[in-house]
Amino acid sequence: MTEATKRSILAILAENNRLAPEDIAAMLCLPVEEVTNFIREMEESNVIVKYNTLINWEKAGEEIVTALIEVKVVPQREVGFDTVAERIYRFPDVKSVFLMSGGFDLTVLVEGKNMKDVALFVAEKLATLEYVQSTATHFVLKKYKQDGVIFEDKEDDHRLIVSP
Amino acid sequence: MNPASFIAPVVRELPPSGIRRFFDLVAETKGVISLGVGEPDFVTPWHIREACMYSLEKGYTMYTSNHGLLELREEIVNYLAKNFALRYDPKREILVTVGASEGVDLAMRTLLCPGDEVLIPDPSYVSYMPCVTLAGGRAISVPTRAEEEFKLNPAVLESLITPRTKVLVLCYPNNPTGAVMTESELLSVAEIVERHNLIVVSDEIYAELTYEGKPVSFAALPGMRDRTVLLSGFSKAFAMTGWRIGYVATNADFLAAMVKIHQYTMLCAPVMGQMAALEALRNGETEKKRMVTTYDQRRRFVVAALREMGLDCFEPKGAFYVFPSIKATGLSSADFAERLVLEAKVAVVPGTAFGSSGEGHIRCSYATSTPHLKEAMSRIKDFLTTL
Ligand SMILES: Cc1ncc(COP(=O)(O)O)c(C=O)c1O
Repeated sequence: MTEATKRSILAILAENNRLAPEDIAAMLCLPVEEVTNFIREMEESNVIVKYNTLINWEKAGEEIVTALIEVKVVPQREVGFDTVAERIYRFPDVKSVFLMSGGFDLTVLVEGKNMKDVALFVAEKLATLEYVQSTATHFVLKKYKQDGVIFEDKEDDHRLIVSP
Repeated sequence: MNPASFIAPVVRELPPSGIRRFFDLVAETKGVISLGVGEPDFVTPWHIREACMYSLEKGYTMYTSNHGLLELREEIVNYLAKNFALRYDPKREILVTVGASEGVDLAMRTLLCPGDEVLIPDPSYVSYMPCVTLAGGRAISVPTRAEEEFKLNPAVLESLITPRTKVLVLCYPNNPTGAVMTESELLSVAEIVERHNLIVVSDEIYAELTYEGKPVSFAALPGMRDRTVLLSGFSKAFAMTGWRIGYVATNADFLAAMVKIHQYTMLCAPVMGQMAALEALRNGETEKKRMVTTYDQRRRFVVAALREMGLDCFEPKGAFYVFPSIKATGLSSADFAERLVLEAKVAVVPGTAFGSSGEGHIRCSYATSTPHLKEAMSRIKDFLTTL
């Protein structure tokens, strides 16, 4: 299988993971078995990390508060930022952790039931961690687009239903 | 007063589009998935729309030169050179039109004298024949067959040439069949064109949607540049149908003649569309490729699905249509399409809307999202088992 074909399979799955291997095989003119094997390989090697569904929780009626927290840390000898990052990303409230260049070190996205919940988490769990120097918490007010997907895309299909 | 009696006979007798009646039927039915649409399902890429908004903010709301913005014509020339190895002079050999549609009309009106014959592959896009008739010419169908993948057969073509034959229309990749002709196949057509001193009107609006190998422009064949009126546009490859921008590339004499008609009937193509087209040519390559890749994946998916349900389906190599045979069902294409809408809620276009050689076939457009296609294929499959 060529590198381009491999990339195509991954791109198709990233866009819509509900397509069956049979469909993907048809789309790329490949034997089904090759697609199935490749997907299994990718799952085993953790290139395909997880199949999840992007849900607009707000629309589903869930109260969820998200905050973006800038964290400054003191890097550790030998392990750098990784151990501190791990201490942070292990918390289930933490949804994303990124190591950053620039004015601070880690971007931490935290979700909670309400603002108090998130603020408590930061004050009690995050700020008190050894090697965490400081934190700055920004609450998300509205999500427009996430992971490349626009939540309320108003671009309906306006085409005529039949045209030459 | 009877208004109808004032209408010129040539217009009165023009047959209405075969799609119209079908459109009404589909529009009245609820919950239909349409594979009947002849335009991209993608909205014009954002960067193109954004560039147009910016041009409006800057006050670009005026007429342009009759030929179109020179900057745009220069970009068109570069684009044709880069993708099709064609050479044109932006000042004298390019005209920006209101869609390729205008180009078809201009070409026929410029070239035809009363009674001149125009050969048109059948099945083909619906506007060639009426444009020929309105220009005073006689449209002659050149039948093409599924067994030959709907390519033009040189022997059949030659057998229809008379002393009055003046123009040959080519449209590859083809709407409605998706057929593509290779360079060597086009060369045998070119040889006939040369021998009989014909002019070719080549509608290459789907050229970029060629899925195997590089597209070949008829005008790039030896000796064909000056015999060819090349028509193209932005509607398909850049998902810009509503902007109404196309272009003509041809020798300076033909072009000057076409500009005469264009300047009195159209004056110029809309400047907003021209600004958007400029952006499409300058920065549209990535988005164009993304769309082409998606079409290609859907094409394979649909062909595989149709074949699996037992329909004979030759593999289309271009455009965004498949043209399966439904002869095995014993139904005419019009009956099949009508029952499919009513009973299975899938709209396709009967092959006969594109000429009598389309009988026994239906046109399915895959300019529709993959989940929709999947659902449509499963509905067609269920429908077939009820026949
Ligand atoms: C073969 C062919 N030529 C021309 C056109 C019209 O193109 P435009 O939007 O540039 O007028 C179409 C549109 O469906 C087409 O299929």
